[in-house]
Amino acid sequence: MSETYKIAIIGSGPAGMSAAARAAKKGISHILLEKTDHLSDTIFRYQKGKHVMATPSVLVLRAECEFDAGKREKILDQWNADTKAAGVNVKFNADVTAITGDKGDFTIQLKKGDPIKAENIVLAVGTQGNPNLMRCEGGNLPHVQYQLDDPGEYTDEHIFVIGGGDAGIENAMGLIADAGQNNTVTLVNRGADFPTAKKPNVDGLLAARDAGRISVLTETNTALVEPGWITVDTPQGQSRFKCDRIIARMGAAPPRAFVEAAGVEFSSPDRTAFPTLTPTFESTSKPGIYVIGALAGYPLIKHCMNQGYDVVEFISGNTNLEPADEPLLVEKLKGLPGKRSVAEWLEFLRSNVEILNGLSPLQMREFLLDSTVRSYKAGDPIFVRNEPGSSLFGIAEGSVNVEVDPNNAKITVPIGKSSIFGEVGLISGRKRGATIRAAEPTICVEIPRMAALKLMSQVPQARETVNRITTERQVLQIFKSGLTPADIQEVLAGSEVIEVKPGEAIIKEGDISDDLYIIRSGSMIVEKDLGGKPVFMSYVPAGSYSGEMAMIERAPRVATVKAAIRSTVVKLPADPFRKLLVRKPELAKRMTDEMRARREINAFIEEQKDEFGGAVDMYSSVANFLIKQGIGEATDVLLIDESLCVGCDNCEKACADSHDGLSRLNREAGTTFANIHVPTSCRHCEHPHCMSDCPPNAIRRGPDGEVFINETCIGCGNCQRACPYGVIQMDKPPPKKPPLWEWMLFGKGPGPGQPSYEWRKKAAKAEGGESPKLAIKCDMCSGKAGGPACVRACPTGAAIRVTPDAFLSVARLEKTG
Amino acid sequence: MTQVGGHTERVRQRTHEGFLRHKGFRWAQIATGLCVVATGVYFFVASRLAEPPSGGSWLGYLLGTASAGLIVWLACLGIRKRVITQGHYSLKAWVSAHVYLGLSLTVLATLHTGFQFGWNVHTLAYALMMLVIASGALGVWAYATLPQRLHGNRGETTRKQMLDALASLDAQMHEAAQPLDRNGAAIVRLSIEQTDLGGGFWKRLTGSYGDCANRRALQQLRALPSPGSAVQAEALTKIEGLMTQKADALALARRQMGITALLEAWLFVHIPATFALLAALIAHIVSVFAYW
Repeated sequence: MSETYKIAIIGSGPAGMSAAARAAKKGISHILLEKTDHLSDTIFRYQKGKHVMATPSVLVLRAECEFDAGKREKILDQWNADTKAAGVNVKFNADVTAITGDKGDFTIQLKKGDPIKAENIVLAVGTQGNPNLMRCEGGNLPHVQYQLDDPGEYTDEHIFVIGGGDAGIENAMGLIADAGQNNTVTLVNRGADFPTAKKPNVDGLLAARDAGRISVLTETNTALVEPGWITVDTPQGQSRFKCDRIIARMGAAPPRAFVEAAGVEFSSPDRTAFPTLTPTFESTSKPGIYVIGALAGYPLIKHCMNQGYDVVEFISGNTNLEPADEPLLVEKLKGLPGKRSVAEWLEFLRSNVEILNGLSPLQMREFLLDSTVRSYKAGDPIFVRNEPGSSLFGIAEGSVNVEVDPNNAKITVPIGKSSIFGEVGLISGRKRGATIRAAEPTICVEIPRMAALKLMSQVPQARETVNRITTERQVLQIFKSGLTPADIQEVLAGSEVIEVKPGEAIIKEGDISDDLYIIRSGSMIVEKDLGGKPVFMSYVPAGSYSGEMAMIERAPRVATVKAAIRSTVVKLPADPFRKLLVRKPELAKRMTDEMRARREINAFIEEQKDEFGGAVDMYSSVANFLIKQGIGEATDVLLIDESLCVGCDNCEKACADSHDGLSRLNREAGTTFANIHVPTSCRHCEHPHCMSDCPPNAIRRGPDGEVFINETCIGCGNCQRACPYGVIQMDKPPPKKPPLWEWMLFGKGPGPGQPSYEWRKKAAKAEGGESPKLAIKCDMCSGKAGGPACVRACPTGAAIRVTPDAFLSVARLEKTG
Repeated sequence: MTQVGGHTERVRQRTHEGFLRHKGFRWAQIATGLCVVATGVYFFVASRLAEPPSGGSWLGYLLGTASAGLIVWLACLGIRKRVITQGHYSLKAWVSAHVYLGLSLTVLATLHTGFQFGWNVHTLAYALMMLVIASGALGVWAYATLPQRLHGNRGETTRKQMLDALASLDAQMHEAAQPLDRNGAAIVRLSIEQTDLGGGFWKRLTGSYGDCANRRALQQLRALPSPGSAVQAEALTKIEGLMTQKADALALARRQMGITALLEAWLFVHIPATFALLAALIAHIVSVFAYW
């Protein structure tokens, strides 16, 4: 048997390659095992010429291989040269099938060739390199491929694309894009529909099929692959077709089974879970196996390369290695009182802030990279009422005062050390509900929304703490009236957090129930049955309550309350609350007053219904239409009154001219109901879908509530896919246009608005240089004093921007009625 | 939920009002006031003079300067509309003022003439101004009435979708025509290759597409003798269906273009007449001062 390596690295992506290069530089005996015949298959599989970004830009790269943003080809060449120069011992075509043994004596089984012995193993296989394979006979023939680099490469071929997901459809559409290539393309799909693909892709495919440009075989499986031919099982029986090339895109699976078989445990059975690791990336369940890179939960290239470097240092016994992020943390903590070192700061915060108690030192480091530590003098405002903000604050030292009464800053509620505040904005995305000032010299850690959500998902203890405090605070904030936490403990003891699906009712008209509900996130609509038809009564945004009439009057429910979008509500039991009302007459008066106001609105609508039935029906159906369009989760939406819109597209032109020449709205597209048109334009959702999976965390909420994408965007397209309203596009800003007066006087350039594709292409060529495609969306003209340009530039007043609670208010009915 | 404090929101237009009703007819009121005052002063002055005040009197100069200033300012709408600056402005307010102050010129400029007309450059400027205002009034009518028709016609179909639908029908026709003989193929080619969607402005405005190639192709197709084979007969039936669909799609797109053309038609008078007016205005002013 051959030598035993000190380190065997499985996977030659950025992480594995970097580890191998470090090992080679240190002269440690190592072997880099790569399944394919080239390094870094994931990057290799990017389409030709793709621009690869280097984020996070603040992070210092510490690796033996160089990496900078640039074209795929350039980066791959660089890495090939670097690994060669470092003297990395690579074994290509080494497909690992199993890992056995323990630290110091591992055996790695390969598909082909002798097993390999190693003392330590670095797993850097990523999550991409595992496509599902063709299982039928002939599936291993050379004309079967699992990727498509350049659709323009093939001409005059009969090509079968297997798989009706996005990848398959996009490949197939790429192959037929240029009719001049004269390919005969067939897409084979196992099912009758395309449930996993995006709707525009499916629509495009079906349109192409109807136009006769592509054949689509549904409910079909491949039965046999032969050189030049393919045989498929269709519902009508078996058919044999001419076929020069097969592109199989049947999905990929993270290689979890393989990793678990080696003894590495994952943090949960969840599909997206990662292995549990020590601060030195070692598996907690299987010492000697180190997991780095995407498989460890770090999808960015720079992270991966740094971890490759670090893991080799750890294995070779360098436990004093200063992390690559150390200078960043030093910079971050500079100027704070206390003269603590970074490690002392981490421990100080971890032990003093309750929600951080459960974090490991490694998690703490990463957490602090995203967060900010601030110190305040007594009386300093930390945030101000009605300021937008979604970050969470933890108090590490000192205490703060919450000014609960907007009219009297003297009335305050204290929050002490180790607790948190700002959680309402975190949960609901709404503006700050109160001003908070430091009561004494105070040190707080400000945790941005994404970091806070990550924290809550990783540390159950943090999640429970935040949830408990949130409910308590929300109750206090909604009902105000000088309530203290002690007053509401009994109410809270019986409270229940409920997730509500869109359209699901929490209260049904006529029911005998008397609980009170607080809308924590999402929004509700109130409907009443009038003359056999449900009539829209009002819209209840997050941070309000519903159900007080039945609770106070002990009468059946007078209206139905159902979720406009996916929402979270807190159910408060009626009896303890009624006792609270008895104890707190001020609260009772407040609620009775609000109840009277709501009742008046209901009465007004009912009265209108009798006199102007049509107007009420219209109001109700418009409201329902808007809710269906997702306005319920919007915070600011552009609407166009089609009775005023002359179709001049000045809104689009203004948008393009105030944003690098690209319009972020499509006036014509979108849905219409009764004169109200909802164009394809961002509605700045309360919980933006686009934010859910942004690798560089580039999507933020700005000072006016706008959701915007900052300059750290890497162009991955996740947000575009996540947005259910199709308002994000991937594009590169066009070159600068000549000034307007030159266009007006001499006809130079494309004139106002987004330049045509042809002009952009020509101008970009003349200008030279490469610019990547990035995600582009409405930023509500952030930073422009005049507000959104689309509205300012509308000549007829057709374009308006509204918030749902203002627009869905009864005021509309008064106007039309 | 309406407390505001601590944070100042940027100015945002949430009011749902058209340009004619802008701010409760603010500019209509201002324009009317201006006209009433000007008329009152004019007749007050006129009652004390032997002859009515002409353009050369102090009142004439005042009215003339005001009118000329207004004309230049009104013409600036074309620039305001295209320069998207960052500050707070509302194009709707500009349009509202443009409409009402523009209409007030009919009174101000008429008073300026002192009701003296002749075959000269001065009256030419006046006539051009009235032409601009008349075409503008047509525009107001178009903007007030046509949007409903425009959007009613298209429903939720976008321009691109209309074009895509036509392209898709053509592709399907091409595919279906494969079994046809030479005559049949020529008819399909006529529809695919010769159909002209829009045409010139006049054609779009009037919607006269009597010579539409698709329409002719459909007529010729129906007049074809029964084909020899069943395959061809099937193909012909399919193509007839496709051509009828195409006729509908064409009609929708052309109606859309027709309404758009109607919305723009007045501008073809309004804009050139404005430039002519500016030229005549300069001539008018220069000649007045040159021959003083």
